[in-house]
Amino acid sequence: MYRIRFHGRGGQGIKTASRILGTTLFMEGFEVQDGPRYGAERRGAPMFAYVRASMEPIQERGIIRLPDLVIVTDDSLIPIPAAGVLTGVAERTVLLINSDEEPGLWRERLALAGPILTLPAAAHAPHINTQLTSVLSTGAAANLIGVISRRTLEEAIRKELAPLGAGAVEVNLENGLKAFDLTVVLKGSVREGGKTQAASYDPPDWIDLPFEEAAISAPAIHATATSERVKTGVWRTMRPVIDYSLCNRCWWICSTFCADGVIRVDEEGYPRIDYEHCKGCMICVAQCPRHAISAIPEHGEDTGERQE
Amino acid sequence: MKRTLLTGNSAAAWGARLADVDYVPAFPITPQTEIIETIAEWIDGGRMRSRMVTLESEHSMITAAGAAAATGVRVFTATSSQGLLYGMEMLYTVAGWRVPFVLVNVSRGLSAPITLEPDHNDVLAARDSGFLQIHCATCQEVLDSIILAFRLAEDKRVRLPVIVNMDGFYLSFTREPVEIPDTGSVRQFLPPLDAGDISFRASAPISQATAVLGGSPYSYFRYESHMAATNGLAVYDEAAESFAGLFGRSYGTVEEYRMEGAEIVFVMVGSFATKAREAVDRLRGAGRPVGLLRPRLLRPFPGKALRKLLAGRKGVMVIDQNLSMGKGGVLHMELASALYGHPDAPPVLTSFIGGLGGRDITPEEFYEMVAVTEKAIKDGSTPPPRLLYTKRELDEVRKLQAIANVERRETGKGE
Repeated sequence: MYRIRFHGRGGQGIKTASRILGTTLFMEGFEVQDGPRYGAERRGAPMFAYVRASMEPIQERGIIRLPDLVIVTDDSLIPIPAAGVLTGVAERTVLLINSDEEPGLWRERLALAGPILTLPAAAHAPHINTQLTSVLSTGAAANLIGVISRRTLEEAIRKELAPLGAGAVEVNLENGLKAFDLTVVLKGSVREGGKTQAASYDPPDWIDLPFEEAAISAPAIHATATSERVKTGVWRTMRPVIDYSLCNRCWWICSTFCADGVIRVDEEGYPRIDYEHCKGCMICVAQCPRHAISAIPEHGEDTGERQE
Repeated sequence: MKRTLLTGNSAAAWGARLADVDYVPAFPITPQTEIIETIAEWIDGGRMRSRMVTLESEHSMITAAGAAAATGVRVFTATSSQGLLYGMEMLYTVAGWRVPFVLVNVSRGLSAPITLEPDHNDVLAARDSGFLQIHCATCQEVLDSIILAFRLAEDKRVRLPVIVNMDGFYLSFTREPVEIPDTGSVRQFLPPLDAGDISFRASAPISQATAVLGGSPYSYFRYESHMAATNGLAVYDEAAESFAGLFGRSYGTVEEYRMEGAEIVFVMVGSFATKAREAVDRLRGAGRPVGLLRPRLLRPFPGKALRKLLAGRKGVMVIDQNLSMGKGGVLHMELASALYGHPDAPPVLTSFIGGLGGRDITPEEFYEMVAVTEKAIKDGSTPPPRLLYTKRELDEVRKLQAIANVERRETGKGE
């Protein structure tokens, strides 16, 4: 069975990417199971998705503990323990990272012996858009798995992205197929993993939970304003930018609709976005009556300081 | 036969669409929302002829479902977790009206603390409501069970609402190959609702539930509902047989997996049972006589079928993905009550609590449950119930508690 895990941020198209890969494998005759896993958060929050593919019916479910291939569409996730990017990564696991840094550097940093591949941002050109990185990775992954034809990949991208319109299909097709071609020399480097054995296994180290009084065991957070300490601004894939020449200071609209309460109002009545905590949900962009707030890619070239 | 990759939620929407439902009262909640989004899109695009109304709460949603069902139209609705609990008063009430409709519950652990991931305490809270319950293990089964559930609910020997349950994330958001049955065959299996005497109208009002005092009429009405629910077993068997004839997929009241010669048997419900199938295959490969029983119906409870299937076995391992505070696993007690006092009942019945809030159950844990049960059979004594929880997990909780202790010191709230 192939066991593939995608790691990225909400808004990067991770679910779509896993579905494209799932669909390609299904079209190639595999039994497939794919699905995303995320928490209560929205755009920008760390999330993962998985794909299983086998010629036999799939009985496994949920989290992939021992992946054959791990795809990381945002390298800033790697150092975050809660994102679990490296969980179960073994010597035989192929790690594919969207990163401008060299595989050698990642190997050294992570002290991993297995194969590491990087897809630099330049590979996305001319279509710079963080939302497209996931399809790029999928194209590369399709070739690494080695059992997917270029034509199937093309068909799956068309099928899964059709609801987004012809423009999105064409751009993603170009990126996905380009990444597929880039990795042609590594075709088939991902190998199917085996099954656990019941004859000899490491027994789980079950314990008896000790009783603890409610003062200890009730689920309470005592410190206040802890959410301020989490710099959720790093989750952003798109950045809302206010053009103050258009802003008519109806601050109650953008600041009220802001789901995270990160738009404050300055002394002159202008809204100010707290970029340390703005997750980039773009609700303010949609609500601004003067269209004074625009969305720009967080990591593209154009992250200019238009705000001032 | 053509198969398509569908999530459990899409499969549920397909079930409603193929059942040709007339009315869909709705209220969104994670992880159920995709069901009503899908249906809304179909209705909007003219691909499904039905009326959808969004209500202001699940309490109103279930009231609307019951009221609409009382007029003799086919009704489908869906919720999850806190939503099911918010509508709990009306679950009991509409079941008492004896109106048939189908409600999909996408299982999610209950608050507090709050979670999004699945266990079965939500659907089991509705256990005694009068709704029948079908529990699914795959996306295909979700679609098929909705169609089966309408047959079951609308049968004159039953006429009760039915809950079809699937696990959040593990089914709701997971795509698997699903065969979408053709409309003609579904219509053959499930003809348009023959409303008969179900005819509530504004122009011809009926008081749906009168007040009854003194206990005697009350007992009559309640016990009649109980007998109708019990009839569900035979009605279900008939429906499942006819379904298998038309669609080639068999769904007994209890799924039997590798039960031939099985001495030790897992019993569990829901999607984690497919993990158990995998473990059973591995254990069989290692020469261990292990099988699996998965009740699909929990209400009515297929006690007789389970008793028969377990007769003469050496040990039974019940895995409960739920917890009744101060007692233990609900399925364990239900099975114990079905087996107790019967001479052929397995002498060892072990209880494991696992998968709470979507916690994984690993293959090694399945193997170890067998090892524990084998030892119990050998020693002739049953071990206490076991929570599937590792030292490493507690270590992680200890780290969080260490942070909490620092917080308390800093905020002057003691340690």
